Amino acid sequence: MSDPILSLKGVRTNIAQYHILQGVDLDVPRGAVTMLLGRNGVGKTTTLRTIIGHWRAHEGQVLFDGQDIARLPTPAIARLGIGFVPEDMGIFSDLSVEENMTLAAVSGPIDSTRLEWLFSVFPALGTFWKKDAGTLSGGQKQMLSIARAMIEERRLYLIDEPTKGLAPAIISTMARALRELKEQGASILLVEQNFSVARALGDSANVMDDGRMVWSGEMKQLATDAELQERLMGLSMENH
Amino acid sequence: MLNKLLSGDMPRSTVLAILLAVILICLALAPFIFPGVRSVDTAARICIFIVLVASYDLMLGYGGIVSFAHTMFFGLGAYGVALASTHMGRGFDALLVGSLSGALIAALLALLIGLFSLRVRAIFFAMITLAVASAVAVLVSQLSGLTGGEDGLSYKIPRELGPAFKFADGELFGVKMNGKLLKYYLVFFSCLILFLLMLRMVHSPFGRVLLAIRENDFRAEAIGYRVVHYRVVATCISAAIAALAGSLYAIWLRYVGPDTSLSMEIMIDILLMVVIGGMGTMYGAVIGATLFVLAQNYLQNLMDVASHAVSGIPILPDLLNADRWLLWLGVLFILSVYFFPTGIVGRLRQGK
Repeated sequence: MSDPILSLKGVRTNIAQYHILQGVDLDVPRGAVTMLLGRNGVGKTTTLRTIIGHWRAHEGQVLFDGQDIARLPTPAIARLGIGFVPEDMGIFSDLSVEENMTLAAVSGPIDSTRLEWLFSVFPALGTFWKKDAGTLSGGQKQMLSIARAMIEERRLYLIDEPTKGLAPAIISTMARALRELKEQGASILLVEQNFSVARALGDSANVMDDGRMVWSGEMKQLATDAELQERLMGLSMENH
Repeated sequence: MLNKLLSGDMPRSTVLAILLAVILICLALAPFIFPGVRSVDTAARICIFIVLVASYDLMLGYGGIVSFAHTMFFGLGAYGVALASTHMGRGFDALLVGSLSGALIAALLALLIGLFSLRVRAIFFAMITLAVASAVAVLVSQLSGLTGGEDGLSYKIPRELGPAFKFADGELFGVKMNGKLLKYYLVFFSCLILFLLMLRMVHSPFGRVLLAIRENDFRAEAIGYRVVHYRVVATCISAAIAALAGSLYAIWLRYVGPDTSLSMEIMIDILLMVVIGGMGTMYGAVIGATLFVLAQNYLQNLMDVASHAVSGIPILPDLLNADRWLLWLGVLFILSVYFFPTGIVGRLRQGK
């Protein structure tokens, strides 16, 4: 196996007096989808936000392609080629869909081929291209949020619960988009509570509990072992 | 053509378009339509305050940065022209040197304050600007040898901008072709250019990033934009433009003093104009400044007329007494905030 594109080694992150991450170790392989799973409040979002630099790691290393990025400011981390889709979407409501996308293309003008691909995956974006992003529905906002990260080829995508609270039809659109991104050979670290999406997309899985990584392995293994799922996450994937 | 001139920011409301057109025509032709000294003075003040308020909106409405030092930047420009004219003598070179050095010093001061405080949290910037503005106001009052202290400075501007200079014989629509007219158009066109420049700026990629930062600074950072860098640049540009507005004010008045260019009252007026007009819309500055300066100059007269008109009715003449104009100005402000929470421009655009 080649070197992982991202490695977390003993990462501890405190938010105020709370010790949220208590020594997280994680490897994200290149060209694969790595699932980050676990119950609510175990530190999945904090892990992503620590990688992007929103929260500072108090201890440990965040190695991106061998470079420790734990002390870099967020914009510098992003410009290394890390696309981040936050849980709350974080779209700019006062700007149009076009302006949201243009801003996300930090390295230059939008590539027309890539934009056409995004329009084919998310047709709504083309329809509402000139509209204010604030007028979009929840599902369309989520599409915009993901499309913004995909507007340029990134070396790594950090995606936090892209299907949360969405209607089934939109979830399948999201899953299709992520599958196509995966087929292009993208490296993705994905936090996902929807197990059918996780099972369909994930190559490897990492399960967190109480600010630590408690299990790492093949997604196939976790998906087929109900007892393991019950032990790690307190529930079975089959029921979700 | 018009779309390009307005950087694609069309009024998007018929009422707003009519209002803006009326204001533009009135200001462009003010010396001919309203030839009185007071009315031309009001028109020049409106022009200057439109630029001042728009430059403040660049920071507050587009960058989400609260500053209490905008009058200080305005004053730096005004004192720049005053000091240059006093020491270099009357001449356009003094006006140019004074304006440019005022703008440069304002931008440098904004850079220093911004680098110290915007790095932490925007609220510290507000607090520091308040402290620095107060310190500069005290300093200007104390350094009477240089600044004239509380009395301020009177100075001469180029003859070509004075009433004694005639650039053409006779009159046009009853208006003398003299330097006073030239001075008005110097102010008008300078303000127009500065306003269009700001309009271009807020619709440039830089302006779009500022809006993104105002809405969600973490998200803007996560895309790759250095929030502090953008905020500091916006603050410097805003300060420099405020200083240029101050220079125009100094050229217009031929006098600067702490009351006319550095007082906290002006700062509050700017805030009110931004809120009344509508934050985050350059046109809000036009509407807010026009309404506010007109009210400041004519509300008293209007109330005097109204007071006499209702002289037979009890209580009303007292309530409408011209001396109570500030009270009514306050009431008007409260009503405008209540009925137009997004400002007049915001409301007009929503109701298009």
